[in-house]
Amino acid sequence: MTRRLSLFNVTSLVLGFAFLYLPILLLVVYSFNASRLVTVWGGFSTQWYAAFFRNEALMDAAWVTFRIALLSASFATVLGTLAALALTRYGRFTGRTLFTGMVYAPMVMPEVITGLSLLLFFVAIDLDRGFLTVMLAHTTLTMCFVTVIVQARLMTLDRSLEEAAMDLGAPPLRTFFSVTLPLIAPSVVAGFLLAFTLSLDDLVIASFNTGPGATTLPIRIYSQVRLGLSPEINAASAILIGIVTLGVIVATLISKRSSLTPQRSEIH
Amino acid sequence: MGAVRRSFAPWADPTERPLIRFENVTKRFGDAVAVDRLSLDIFEREFFCLLGPSGCGKTTLMRMLAGFEQPSEGSITLADRDLAGVPPYRRPVNMMFQSYALFPHMNVERNIGFGLRQDGLPRAEIAARVDEMLRLVQLERLAKRYPSQLSGGQCQRVALARALAKRPKLLLLDEPLGALDKKLREETQFELMDLQHALGMTFVVVTHDQEEAMTMADRIAVMDHGRIVQVATPGEIYEQPKTRFIAEFVGDVNILEGRVRGQQDGLWQVESSSAHGPLTVDDADEVLQNGQAIAIAVRPEKMVIHRGEPPPDALNVLRGEVWDIGYLGDWTVYRIKLPSGAIVRVTRANRSRFVDNPIDWDEQVHVTFAPDAAVILAE
Repeated sequence: MTRRLSLFNVTSLVLGFAFLYLPILLLVVYSFNASRLVTVWGGFSTQWYAAFFRNEALMDAAWVTFRIALLSASFATVLGTLAALALTRYGRFTGRTLFTGMVYAPMVMPEVITGLSLLLFFVAIDLDRGFLTVMLAHTTLTMCFVTVIVQARLMTLDRSLEEAAMDLGAPPLRTFFSVTLPLIAPSVVAGFLLAFTLSLDDLVIASFNTGPGATTLPIRIYSQVRLGLSPEINAASAILIGIVTLGVIVATLISKRSSLTPQRSEIH
Repeated sequence: MGAVRRSFAPWADPTERPLIRFENVTKRFGDAVAVDRLSLDIFEREFFCLLGPSGCGKTTLMRMLAGFEQPSEGSITLADRDLAGVPPYRRPVNMMFQSYALFPHMNVERNIGFGLRQDGLPRAEIAARVDEMLRLVQLERLAKRYPSQLSGGQCQRVALARALAKRPKLLLLDEPLGALDKKLREETQFELMDLQHALGMTFVVVTHDQEEAMTMADRIAVMDHGRIVQVATPGEIYEQPKTRFIAEFVGDVNILEGRVRGQQDGLWQVESSSAHGPLTVDDADEVLQNGQAIAIAVRPEKMVIHRGEPPPDALNVLRGEVWDIGYLGDWTVYRIKLPSGAIVRVTRANRSRFVDNPIDWDEQVHVTFAPDAAVILAE
């Protein structure tokens, strides 16, 4: 890997990243704009951040979003880890391939369809749309990501570690908590962080399943933008971007480190 | 110790009750039969080896003892208790895994104490027992280390200490020395034997290494295709192999094929294309028909090379040409090509440091062996 980057490589890299990140960069830059006009630069200022923290409607939405993300990520982590365990540890039960496919499906399913079907389901069981429905919808959306991450770790985990624990007298549940869980913990945490950030920035599924009193930040931002751009929204978006970026980076680092840390028992 | 050892043969005593009894045990995985209608008794304080090539079913047999697999048919009893349906965590059996399976998130001390904590022993007792185990495997100084900070040999000791900590009735060892280098392996073999003797436990070891099995075991069960081919002491396995598979799997052997010509003074007369004249074999146990095709097995160290003419009273004489010489330090291996094209291996201990005029390549020699050096294997 000592090859130097050629001019062509550098150009395509720059163009590619510009294509991906220039709009976001622009948004972040304009969130520090002193001017009220969104597209005219009027000098550096943090006043819109202050305005965002004073704006009750936006702050309410942020608080709702945070609570939904925390709860749905927690549920998704528990359910996703259980699904990963079932898929990797209980042999070839009938329908295993089907289950594996079904767990992955929400990752590729168009969000509009997931959102719509969840809405129909909530209507059918007569559940009032609001905080609970958005939270449940986000659990459904993010669970599969947790499963994928935890499953990858479980597959590289030496099976005999769990057998050794049972052999030494630990029943299955205690084996899970004293051996399996500590060893897959980094992946579980990474899965949680990913689920949290996915819930944080989801607009489509949330707007299908939301109701009174459950306006999330992305929904609020979207509806305000339709009435006209405001620098306050830029500030809110920049903060959201910051949190999501941080979450994804930490999740990636954690799961990378745990897969790189060699397990002595797996080397032999 | 030697005297005690020599008289230890509970399998020969019909009044002795076995610790472990396999009765007609079959284990199927889908269509594949891993263990096939197998019956076996293992006695208390025995050092028992399951020996066989990979895929012979020895590991499955051990995993059924540990409780990780259930027999498809038949029963396994341990100290007169049927083990059917008893999960691994309720069996008085512990296992040392081939990969050692040390918990990477616990230090040496906590690894060793894991089983004791599951039993809910008082803290002080756990600490005392862990210390005892650390002393036993000479790892006192490494108690706080994590498995990733240990060498392979140290990991092996921790795994052993962890499995011994609960003082199980039966210790299972899955290829216990497989990951160690040769020198360390030999040392550890003797340590394991001393340990087993000192603790008075029953050890069942799975191995594919015949030398390991021969050194350590009181008895060896040689397995092939899910069945036990022979259960006997190392000496019997080596000197009286029942089948050609065992003769070839355990140690080196020369196989001479031939036909029975008759019996004379209790010795079998065999005609073989490999030999100059008829071969005489002293193996009274076999019941053979005239004309029956058989194989004669002779271990390389039981054959003698003669330069020039063989002694006139030699009964079994092969003639050949020195094809290859392999100097191993303690032994030299000669590969002698017979006129039939077959090659026999003869080993000779190097008793003196310098030999004038040593046996050379392409030299014409005679090879002889005594009638009782050979074993007849019915085809």
